[in-house]
Amino acid sequence: MNLVRELWGSLIDALVALGDITRFLLRLIVCTPRVLMRFDSVVRQVYNSGVLSLVIIMLSGLFVGMVLGLQGFQLLQRFGSEQALGVAAAIGLVKELSPVVTALLFAGRAGTALASEIGLMRATDQLSAMEMMAVDPIERVVAPRFLGGVIAMPLLSAIFSMIGVYGAQLVGVQIMHVDSGSFWSQMRAGVDIRDVSEGLVKSCIFGVACSLIAVYQGYHAFPTAEGVGRATTRTVVASAVMVLFLDYLLTSAFL
Amino acid sequence: MNSPPPIVEIRDLRYSINGRAIFDGLDVDIVPGRVTAIMGPSGTGKTTLLRLITGQLVADSGTLIVAGQEMSTLRRVELYALRRRMGMLFQNGALLTDLDVFENVAYPLREHTDLPERLLRQLVLTKLQAVGLRGAAGLMPAELSGGMSRRVALARAIVMDPEILVYDEPFVGLDPISLGVILRLIRRLNDVLGLTSIVVSHDVHEISSVADTVYLLSGGKVAAHGAPGDLNASQSEVVRQFIGGLPDGPVPFHFPAPDYFGELLARGNHL
Repeated sequence: MNLVRELWGSLIDALVALGDITRFLLRLIVCTPRVLMRFDSVVRQVYNSGVLSLVIIMLSGLFVGMVLGLQGFQLLQRFGSEQALGVAAAIGLVKELSPVVTALLFAGRAGTALASEIGLMRATDQLSAMEMMAVDPIERVVAPRFLGGVIAMPLLSAIFSMIGVYGAQLVGVQIMHVDSGSFWSQMRAGVDIRDVSEGLVKSCIFGVACSLIAVYQGYHAFPTAEGVGRATTRTVVASAVMVLFLDYLLTSAFL
Repeated sequence: MNSPPPIVEIRDLRYSINGRAIFDGLDVDIVPGRVTAIMGPSGTGKTTLLRLITGQLVADSGTLIVAGQEMSTLRRVELYALRRRMGMLFQNGALLTDLDVFENVAYPLREHTDLPERLLRQLVLTKLQAVGLRGAAGLMPAELSGGMSRRVALARAIVMDPEILVYDEPFVGLDPISLGVILRLIRRLNDVLGLTSIVVSHDVHEISSVADTVYLLSGGKVAAHGAPGDLNASQSEVVRQFIGGLPDGPVPFHFPAPDYFGELLARGNHL
């Protein structure tokens, strides 16, 4: 009986949290047009979330692409079809690996930075001070960071794909001596616009999810050192789970 | 002579956090043009009262009228309009850490007005001069001492020429010189700018030297109020304990706990 009650309680809590985060998202969407009027504040956040994540995204993209080249080569060689390495690597990257791995790295690099920055502003009364100056912190602090993340994610994912394909080529063509012509021509023939748009839609949705979780956790952080730490941890955990869950839903929707 | 109608009028205010009553029938009148101090032992809800007055919290019941407006019925836009007529000094200054001193003070002006840069600069420098920190305009908040941060925050709080200025524990952690500076600023700004100042503090002697009226809170109600001198003469035990700094009295030294010996003799790992 107790177990049922606890489960019921957890379900209610989860629904309340979901409702709360949805309301938060609606507030962000409502003030988006006003935030876009001050576009420089969004550009600054695209820099913070996007440009500053470039190194980790590019390095990871390179290594993921290289591993993909190596594994793909081993597998395709068994069937004598190693020329298909280009198309296999590109489709794997564009549809699946780039959006997911970029989102996971984004949560770790930019999401934590967003959550802890906003959380510390809460803990040091900066958000309350803005409210006291009749300035809405959601509009001035939270929304630009949210939009910056949403814009940065698909761009980062695209860069990840690009570097990843280069990494696969590096291993496949340069080291394993797959024919360069068939590597690229099969890729051009085999990768459809549908594949690219699937990856794009995924990374846009992951961008909304990861940025929303980060700014929500930061904004609602308990105003202590421990509270900010917990908000940062929750950002990574919730983002990772949410990205993988959404990835399954989206992949099945695109089939 | 009749005193002017209060700018902040609190009647039978009730507020509780997690079922614990912080205010249980509070009545306070704040007269315009004066420095009013809200005092009381730690945990009596002084800062909570400030947050209620500034609309950061909403009371459970009772009347809270600020500048003629009932706070509980205000919509967000109206609340923000009212807040433009208020300034608040937070305990730690709460400066925006990514902006320098000048931009911190300029922030409310940039947000709410469309002043030409020249005029804005003059206004900001005037306010910084008033708190003695014109020379620090280019510094970042991390480079300031506690007292300096608070003075910059004070300049920011007065840059929109508010009618009401609210101070949350302005003396905490200041050295005697900074403390003297802040005390003098509170009085001078109040008189020169024609403000109404509300100061929350538990520093009895400091606040007595600057306040016109003192409200002493205890147990969710006003334990005593009047001019600082009247409080010294008060016979109330709470007032005498607070002003005399006595460790035990109506406000007990011990946090409520079960019987001491019983607990010492009880088995158990922790409690």
